[in-house]
Amino acid sequence: MIALLRRDLTLAVRAGGGFGLGLAFFLIVVVLVPFGVGPEAAVLSRIAPGILWVAALLAALLSLDRIFALDFEDGTLPLLATSPLPLEGVTLIKGIAHWITTGLPLTLAAPALGFLLNLEMSAYVWLLASLALGTPALSMIGTFGAALTVGLRRGGLLMSLLVLPLYVPTLIFGAEAVRRGALGLDATTPLLMLAGITLGSFALLPFAASSALRVNLR
Amino acid sequence: MNLTVTDLSVARGGAPVLSGVSFVVNAGSALVLRGPNGIGKTTLLRTLAGLQPALSGTVDVPEDAVAYASHADGIKAQLTVTENLAFWADVHGTKMPDSVFGAFDLDDLRTRLAGTLSAGQKRRLGLARLGVIGRKVLFLDEPTVSLDGFSVKMFANWLRNDHLAHGGIAVIATHVDLGIDAPELDLTPFRSTAHASGGSDEAFL
Repeated sequence: MIALLRRDLTLAVRAGGGFGLGLAFFLIVVVLVPFGVGPEAAVLSRIAPGILWVAALLAALLSLDRIFALDFEDGTLPLLATSPLPLEGVTLIKGIAHWITTGLPLTLAAPALGFLLNLEMSAYVWLLASLALGTPALSMIGTFGAALTVGLRRGGLLMSLLVLPLYVPTLIFGAEAVRRGALGLDATTPLLMLAGITLGSFALLPFAASSALRVNLR
Repeated sequence: MNLTVTDLSVARGGAPVLSGVSFVVNAGSALVLRGPNGIGKTTLLRTLAGLQPALSGTVDVPEDAVAYASHADGIKAQLTVTENLAFWADVHGTKMPDSVFGAFDLDDLRTRLAGTLSAGQKRRLGLARLGVIGRKVLFLDEPTVSLDGFSVKMFANWLRNDHLAHGGIAVIATHVDLGIDAPELDLTPFRSTAHASGGSDEAFL
């Protein structure tokens, strides 16, 4: 399983754009928002938590269809399915690899972009914490969506429609944690909910995703 | 160790294509599947490999001994030849034998990115995977596509001397003469005549 993770990360680095795509999208969305809503610092500061979270979510969505599509096209997926790796392990590793290439860079870049949106000083800790806890759930839910639509031509649209509603709880609790942090309130409860969603999706979705893959490989 | 197939029926896209297929392949021997295009060779091999369920019948094969090789080689263009093979060795928990590079004429290509290989060289790399993973039962779907005569002979040599001679089993769907001593099974008599039944999800559509 480590071999698979190492290979996926090597591919992401060598193919170029593996790390950069989501990050560039995140940056562009956050930079564009002040042009759209105007430069008043008070307004930006108030909407910053929501903007940062929505942008991070869309950036994660952008690279989801690549999770299984490339392995499906070159025939790696049936070979992995007949290998000693359990398919549940394969989907779990795929989710983790997606998080390392997308969620982790987004989390690390978010404070710099928060500065651009005049985010309250007290909210930075909560921004980092909520993204670190919440983005793994985005990757794992996305892996499930990608497994459902692998092999479909132009499956990306269908996958977005399937995955976005499942992202709603993560978005609500993630943005809420940052908003509370900005107001100086205690944000423990939304963070606990986020952690719960992440742990739950990592516990259950590898099984759902591998069942979907088995059907799609027939 | 042997591969026993009893009264197997397989379906593609819900329609049965072959029924009543039975054969036994003993350790150290191979079976060549023959039949016109569309008869169901690929479907049969995928069913044997466990990638799709059979309509009926049983496939008796030792657990975790099966490898499948299809038209697509599962090669990553951004990895070198050695890295591609090392990945499959890691996944299967085997040590990559150095002889595999010689057996498939990949010695000069070790550090080349797989994306820069020709179609035939890619095919050789895809087949070399079989020499790395140490599986005893191989299901090969048209293994010689895009190989030249020399490479076909090389692959047949590997199959005979390194795989079958060590107690391996191979079921091969091919249209060319590999030059290995193996019985042939013509699939034409097994063509399914029964109308779609059981395998279809039409009722749910």
